[in-house]
Amino acid sequence: MGRKLLLEHINVPGINTFDVYRSKGGYASVEKALKKMTPDEVVEEVKKSGLRGRGGAGFPTGMKWGFLAKPEGVARYLVCNADESEPGTFKDRFLMTYIPHLLIEGMIVGSYALGAKTSYIYVRGEMMPQIRILEKAIAEAKAAGFLGKNILGTGYDLELYVQPGGGAYICGEETALLESLEGKRGNPRIKPPFPAIAGLYGCPTVVNNVESIAAVVPIINEGGDEYAKLGIGRSTGTKLISAGGNLVKPGVYEIDLGLPVEEFLYSDEYCGGIANGKRLKAVVAGGSSVPILPANLFLKTINGEGRLMSYESLSDGGFVSGSMMGSGGFIAFDEDQCIVRNTWNFARFYHHESCGQCSPCREGTGWMEKVLHRLENGHGSMSDMDLLVDVAKKIEGNTICPLGDAAAWPVASAIRHFRDEFEWHVTHASEATTRNYGIAHYADPLPAPVAG
Amino acid sequence: MKVTIDGISVEVPDGTSILNAARIIGGDIVPPAMCYYSKLAGSGGKCRTCLVKVSKGSEKDPRPMPKLVASCRTNVMDGMEVQNITSPEVIEARKGVVEMLLINHPLDCPICDQAGECQLQDLGFEHGAVKTRYEFDRRTFNRIDIGDKIQLHMTRCILCYRCVYVADQITDHRIHGILNRGDHSEISTYIQAAVDNDFSGNVIDVCPVGALTDKTFRFKNRVWFTKPVEAHRDCDHEKCKGEVTLWYKGDDVLRVTARKDVYGEVEDFICNTCRFDKKKTADWVIEGPRKVSHQSVISSNHYDFTPLPVVKTNLVLQEANKEQFERETRL
Repeated sequence: MGRKLLLEHINVPGINTFDVYRSKGGYASVEKALKKMTPDEVVEEVKKSGLRGRGGAGFPTGMKWGFLAKPEGVARYLVCNADESEPGTFKDRFLMTYIPHLLIEGMIVGSYALGAKTSYIYVRGEMMPQIRILEKAIAEAKAAGFLGKNILGTGYDLELYVQPGGGAYICGEETALLESLEGKRGNPRIKPPFPAIAGLYGCPTVVNNVESIAAVVPIINEGGDEYAKLGIGRSTGTKLISAGGNLVKPGVYEIDLGLPVEEFLYSDEYCGGIANGKRLKAVVAGGSSVPILPANLFLKTINGEGRLMSYESLSDGGFVSGSMMGSGGFIAFDEDQCIVRNTWNFARFYHHESCGQCSPCREGTGWMEKVLHRLENGHGSMSDMDLLVDVAKKIEGNTICPLGDAAAWPVASAIRHFRDEFEWHVTHASEATTRNYGIAHYADPLPAPVAG
Repeated sequence: MKVTIDGISVEVPDGTSILNAARIIGGDIVPPAMCYYSKLAGSGGKCRTCLVKVSKGSEKDPRPMPKLVASCRTNVMDGMEVQNITSPEVIEARKGVVEMLLINHPLDCPICDQAGECQLQDLGFEHGAVKTRYEFDRRTFNRIDIGDKIQLHMTRCILCYRCVYVADQITDHRIHGILNRGDHSEISTYIQAAVDNDFSGNVIDVCPVGALTDKTFRFKNRVWFTKPVEAHRDCDHEKCKGEVTLWYKGDDVLRVTARKDVYGEVEDFICNTCRFDKKKTADWVIEGPRKVSHQSVISSNHYDFTPLPVVKTNLVLQEANKEQFERETRL
């Protein structure tokens, strides 16, 4: 049983209200940071913890905070990226819905560390209930003196605002988010300059994921070194995984990084295995944009080692036989799922969400979607697979922002690992529209539990 | 700052982009640019045709850059080494970008007014494949009139955003921008409002394809049948110098445009009065014939050959380019 740091009190009734949250030791990190620590000490503590960004890229948060330019007389901003819209990921929404004060507490500590007087939480437009919850929580925190002028009598002022987005996936990219926050069209900016130098309104800005900011709270409470003891190697601490797909118990789980994937997938404490006694076919380990893996490669790396839920272990094998931690959107596919259909579905999402600014992504995502749609419906040809791989290669790395990569990886990896299934869609065109290919050779090695 | 592009070194001031450094060298090593426009602040970075490989970051940090970079928006560092046409990776990526640009571009060059001076046509000629691999319907739009002099044919647009920057920076009121997202995004004025501004005609000149065309010239003639002549007039508008190119067919001035340099960029933006209303020889002081880029079909049989500096110094390459050298001396 791993330690719960973020979701420790999640089952306490009324934890979403200030009074209950405070009685469970909430806002202790604010008191500790503001009264006993200098901003640089807070940053140092986060650096020591080895916390890596929980939004997808896994960039060390402490290092990001350290890069923030601090020119005299220029405002600095901390922006929380709550524009969670990756298919398969729903951890941030869970956190904001049930324990909003944790995020606000993290925002206060983070803003203090960075010297920000104004901070923003950019919430995806579709999450209206969460926006109301956050606004209520901010009002409560303000009434209790944790926000506003002269917090806890320390002389530190902070205003925290919630900004609803327009519901665009691209606004989860940090520079597009800043453009949107400024009231412009949500197009990613061309980097450099990075937001740490010129971000929101041209001022130095740090953009962090909801979970990264929430994780600052236990880091300050317990110390960076304590936090770093959890986890494995450079993957320290705990991580929220939003497990979905054909699982017995889908949901948001907090795991210690370094948990074996087999345990996460099959133990009753976590996902509880594959639903309806079916067998595992494939797994998307970190949200729709990471490469999909067949069950055998997911459970064991190409060298035969058991895979762990950590940044390093999941990306073991690179893009040839590995995947990525991503944002922790764990999607399991059982033997009845069609990989071609799923890949088409992902491609359709990226086609719809491409901002249209740079040409490879704008045109390429639509092209891939159309070819996959044709394959799925039995009108494809054998050359389509090579075409898709080639188009994905032309998009990958040639775009302004990572959305192009995110669109290309799932398609390229699906064809790399499930080429026989794509070919079957061509050779058995009429059959492919009525039944699925099945499980083939990439099944998990574990015996299927006997149903019922 | 010293930067080396495809083996040719050049000294450039701090803050110069790789593309502009390459333009200082000139010749074949200049990356093509469909969206970058040196006279429009903030343009560039979008079309990805100018991708180059940075094989050495700088003198201080010699690591190569992990990805191909957009040369129009990446500034040079001292000691940087860049590969453009010498890198197969870059040529391959550029080929991919050109294919992507042509996916939704109708191949209606035979009826397009831009044909002959179209940058996408040149780019497709240089880097494009013989045949498209795209087998689906292309997006289409209805033609929109932006005011009484400009027509927007969105089907041809490659979304370079140049006209948006013109509307933003050259004209007074911004009523022209991008609607929607992804491959269904479109350039528009909301909702089909007329652009009523003295400098609105410049969106025609900056458009690299035939998406924005001059209604006073539409379907009048092919550009290669007209003769460009430099002329000027004393324009009343304080921001307009009145220096233009007149395009003659016989004794008639068929159209008036700004003067474009070898990269298809205008030298000075001109006002709508000069562009649309002054179409008589009597309105202008004629300076002489306009030299046009060697790439353009307008100058067919009048090639203006500028050999690369590296060719000038290397005897082997001189021998290989003998024919061009002879033609240059003949002209």
